[in-house]
Amino acid sequence: MRYVIIGIGPAGMAAADAIREIDEKSELVMITSEEVAGYSKPLITYFLGGKVDEKRMFYRFPWCFEEKNISVMTGTEIVQVDPNEKRVISKRGEEIPYDKLLIATGGSPFVPKIEGVEKEGVFTFTQWKDSKMVASYIVENNVAKAVVLGGGLIGLKTTEALLELGLKVSVVELADRILATTFDKKASQIMTRALQSRGCEVYTDDTVVQVKGKRKVSKVLLKSGREIKTKLLIIAVGVRPNVGFLEGSGIEVNRGVIVNERMETNVENVFAAGDCAEFRDPSTGESTNIAIWPVAFAEGEVAGYNMAGRPVKYQGGVPMNSVELAGLATISVGFTNVEDNGVEILKYFKEEENVYRKLVLKDGRLIGAVFVGDIDRAGIYTGLILQKVDVSSFKNDLLREDFGLVYLPKEYRKKLMEGELKVWLE
Amino acid sequence: MKKKKILVKEEYCIGCRLCEIYCVTAHSESKNLIKVFRYELGEVAPTVIVEEKEYTTFAVQCRHCEKASCVQACITGAMHRDNGTGAIYVDQEKCVGCWMCIMVCPYGVIKRGVNKKKVASKCDLCVDREMPACVENCPNEALVLTEVGES
Ligand SMILES: Cc1cc2nc3c(=O)[nH]c(=O)nc-3n(C[C@H](O)[C@H](O)[C@H](O)COP(=O)(O)OP(=O)(O)OC[C@H]3O[C@@H](n4cnc5c(N)ncnc54)[C@H](O)[C@@H]3O)c2cc1C
Repeated sequence: MRYVIIGIGPAGMAAADAIREIDEKSELVMITSEEVAGYSKPLITYFLGGKVDEKRMFYRFPWCFEEKNISVMTGTEIVQVDPNEKRVISKRGEEIPYDKLLIATGGSPFVPKIEGVEKEGVFTFTQWKDSKMVASYIVENNVAKAVVLGGGLIGLKTTEALLELGLKVSVVELADRILATTFDKKASQIMTRALQSRGCEVYTDDTVVQVKGKRKVSKVLLKSGREIKTKLLIIAVGVRPNVGFLEGSGIEVNRGVIVNERMETNVENVFAAGDCAEFRDPSTGESTNIAIWPVAFAEGEVAGYNMAGRPVKYQGGVPMNSVELAGLATISVGFTNVEDNGVEILKYFKEEENVYRKLVLKDGRLIGAVFVGDIDRAGIYTGLILQKVDVSSFKNDLLREDFGLVYLPKEYRKKLMEGELKVWLE
Repeated sequence: MKKKKILVKEEYCIGCRLCEIYCVTAHSESKNLIKVFRYELGEVAPTVIVEEKEYTTFAVQCRHCEKASCVQACITGAMHRDNGTGAIYVDQEKCVGCWMCIMVCPYGVIKRGVNKKKVASKCDLCVDREMPACVENCPNEALVLTEVGES
């Protein structure tokens, strides 16, 4: 048996661990187009901001792969998958045979068509090498001011790092508020104020239409007509699944690679997981592509077990994220922006302390939660969301300051305490 | 592998909070109860949580789950299982305080650390002691240590 995994992110690494849990001996090859394997992508903003050094960037150190008898091929971009011959082909022309293949290629940043976008000083921000390039560009060009296009999580985490470095930052967001896809209006407003209080400018309902300068960026022109002087433009408007190289392979792709609850694609012996995969839920027929670390990890693990012959099913996850910006911790879980009739909203806001909590209920169940400022015990709510617990009997306790396990129905608490509930996203 | 596990017996808990006091002492610099409460409270906090509602009360700390969602969600690799003890620890050097673990722990037993480092803080089953401090000092056996798994 020969396993091949394309991609060394959380999905690929969790899959490799799952395979090795069952099968210690078979050949296992992991391939990445990047020069470094085993680092953590979400840490690249911390690296730029100087919060994490070279050594702490590694989620897995290179020798951990060796220890598990995994061969790693870095700097190897796969350009074709050939299921008939059961091999993948690299840009350099290497042919790598497989018996079981996992596609865990994650996503690539999307770059909108903007006049002048090819100038020096324009960067996307999703790989360690981006972080290193931006860091040296700032030093070499004495950059004191940056523009970040995109007020989503990646854009704002990058903003945070730039502020940390003492730069002035302007965030430009096309939607009417930052964090529009993950957080609700109130949370966006609180975060906007927090960023502004740190000297960051936030422009919403706007976008960059032109990058000016000779060879290098000197200013950007916004749709609103405003011009901002800057030597650095970071583009963080979204990430798209890396699936282009699958064209012609016969593997079914929609937004991402379509997989079932075992992370199998439509092609035998080919699996997919993580940001590049689109999970089609057999119970609803709906498919989702939730591009977050825990989901990538969970899907990768399910894929790994199934590849090694242990039948495990993925139950599906919900979007969720946690981030600390401008000194404010925030968590958002599930569906936080729904406003149709059947939905009940519970919330409170303590303005002086910037503390905000909102819960979204539907049909007696919790479907979403937002926390700003005070995130303590947020996971209890996540548990209720994932386990689809009927919360109607203790609805009025949900926002108590001392809310905890003691307010949960005894039956649920007992199961939880005895470790009988599956809290792992699998 | 034999694994230590603390059982929570809510029917025996009297809410005396001694577990909290001994937890914080065991994890302090001085290990001295009086000094801890005088000088060290900005540095350490208990990792066991006592909950109370009417006549129900119990203490709960990290369950060291078989499949732990905090490990799954951790973006740094700081949250990890120790192969020797089977318990789950936070590598304080690696943790960046992104709070993904707080977001997913269904027990709500991971806290933001109180000291300057601002990293995740949770029960470590008192690694350097035979018996976890909370269990040892519970007067009513509402926290009990067992061993699970094969030896
Ligand atoms: C700045 C930043 C901050 C983030 N912060 C968070 C956060 O706080 N919380 C959170 O949940 N998520 C966060 N994310 C998202 C998270 O990083 C992703 O969801 C996760 O990394 C996806 O894992 P994956 O294994 O599917 O893919 P990736 O981690 O993207 O890994 C893909 C791998 O595939 C390789 N690859 C791609 N194409 C090819 C090819 N053709 N040939 C060979 N190799 C290839 C890549 O080199 C890489 O090794 C963040 C992302 C970024 C960029």
